[in-house]
Amino acid sequence: MITIEKLTRKYGAFTAVDDVTFEARAGRVTGFLGPNGAGKSTTMRVMVGLTPPTSGTALVAGRRYADLPNPGREVGVLLDASAQHAGRTGREILAIAQQTMGLPKSRVDEMLEVVSLTDKEAGRRVRNYSLGMRQRLGIATALIGDPEVLILDEPANGLDPAGIRWMRDLLRGYANRGGTVLLSSHLLHEIEVIADDIVVIGQGRIVAQGTKAELLESAGTVVRSDDLPALVRALEAAGLSGSPYADGALRTDADASTIGRVALAAGVALTELRAADGAGLEEMFLELTADTQREGVAA
Amino acid sequence: MSAVATTPTAAVDRPASTTRPVHAPIPLMRVAGVELRKMFDTRSGFWLMASIAILATAATAAVIIFAPDDELTYETFATAIGFPMAVLLPMVAILSVTGEWSQRTGLTTFTLVPHRERVIAAKVLVSVGVGVVSMLVAGAIGAVGNVLGTAITGTDLVWNVSVVEFSYIVLANVLGMMIGFMLGVLIRNSPGAIVGYFVYSFLLPTLSMLLADSVQWFRDAQLWVDFNFAQGALFEGEMSGEAWAQLAVAGTFWLVIPLAVGLGLVMRSEVK
Repeated sequence: MITIEKLTRKYGAFTAVDDVTFEARAGRVTGFLGPNGAGKSTTMRVMVGLTPPTSGTALVAGRRYADLPNPGREVGVLLDASAQHAGRTGREILAIAQQTMGLPKSRVDEMLEVVSLTDKEAGRRVRNYSLGMRQRLGIATALIGDPEVLILDEPANGLDPAGIRWMRDLLRGYANRGGTVLLSSHLLHEIEVIADDIVVIGQGRIVAQGTKAELLESAGTVVRSDDLPALVRALEAAGLSGSPYADGALRTDADASTIGRVALAAGVALTELRAADGAGLEEMFLELTADTQREGVAA
Repeated sequence: MSAVATTPTAAVDRPASTTRPVHAPIPLMRVAGVELRKMFDTRSGFWLMASIAILATAATAAVIIFAPDDELTYETFATAIGFPMAVLLPMVAILSVTGEWSQRTGLTTFTLVPHRERVIAAKVLVSVGVGVVSMLVAGAIGAVGNVLGTAITGTDLVWNVSVVEFSYIVLANVLGMMIGFMLGVLIRNSPGAIVGYFVYSFLLPTLSMLLADSVQWFRDAQLWVDFNFAQGALFEGEMSGEAWAQLAVAGTFWLVIPLAVGLGLVMRSEVK
């Protein structure tokens, strides 16, 4: 479990992380979503003690990261897969982590197997690795200590679609076994397919957080009927409004059960009633981050 | 969630969290072992280490070939080997620190060992160890050269460097490594710290000499304020009480204080 409370990090007059409070729970995958430069990486660096916070606290497994006796055994961290000495081999980088954590040497081969790096690839120097291979190596380094918490910054970057699928399954299984997973992304789709809980950050501030279901719900409901005019009349009579959605359906802000009751009372048969997922969340993400976008601003 | 933890379903959901072992802290010697490994496990690191032995051998060969017969003594070999050592060993110390920033490996290193002072302490231990061992190896190579050289030329074998004198030279080289360390933690960038070392060890002493030539009071105070000049006595093998005091005073300003500032920066700085 990761607990972030009132975390703020300032750089002079610039506030990179602004009063951030959230929790990543055990047994769940928490997606940390936000546009580039929103403060995701800074927050994650504070979590693992690489950046001192200006104020606030970050606890991992109930303790400050620096108080963990052997952090690699409790928290797996991947912040930047490219932050490696280009002249070391992949196997050597894993061996350094294995030796530091005091693990048996056999863990190196086990991890190479888990992330599907072949013996030949593991013997190559990292300067010859593709970004995808570096990500796999980074995930192996994070997992080698068999930790109960994973903190991964943009782990899907550079992975091909099969690699993304592999990582999704890996993290899902990890969370199902009771692990805590926090992963960041600036791509909504990546987060949507894997996360149970979502924390959205923009310009250093949390702009939305909750379970994926809650956030999807708040994005509205899509309803369809063969007798659309009758449905619209019934909704308006109940004080609800809808906007046209694809193929003659309606999108409303009301939740599904309210609409179901209204339709039943009016005797209108519904042919579809569901959360406006996917597109809804994307709309929300764009909306939430609209005034925090960095288009046209030098990064 | 605290309520969830007490329900049986939660126990099924996450059995791992209830059976987690308590992990022992990472011992300093293990960190040192890792740091030693990191000095040798890249091509550049390996050849930097290898170059210590290679250059010691080359300097020894050069003495045999070029030195006049009457100067074929152990001191000549020691002096010839000493110069590459004085340049290479501080590089070992500098790169062991700055690599964490320049190569960005610090992101992993300081995440696995969040107490940075322990990583730095391990690096100091390993660097000094490597320095002392290198000096012994270089000393042995020089001794072989002395035996071979005098045998070839048929001159007398002269051992004119005492154990005490040799330990002073080792100490001088360890000080050189600490200077490298100081510049490493202060600058935290490989090219910057290396340039810094050459300015510190070659440019500053020259300027100091020029100043001493023209300014009388500076000439009188030079042994107390010029760290490089104060180290001269170590190489001459004659350390009086005053020489130790001069080394300590100059060293405080040129090594201890900037090292403390650098360590403070390392502890607090952001690792990106």
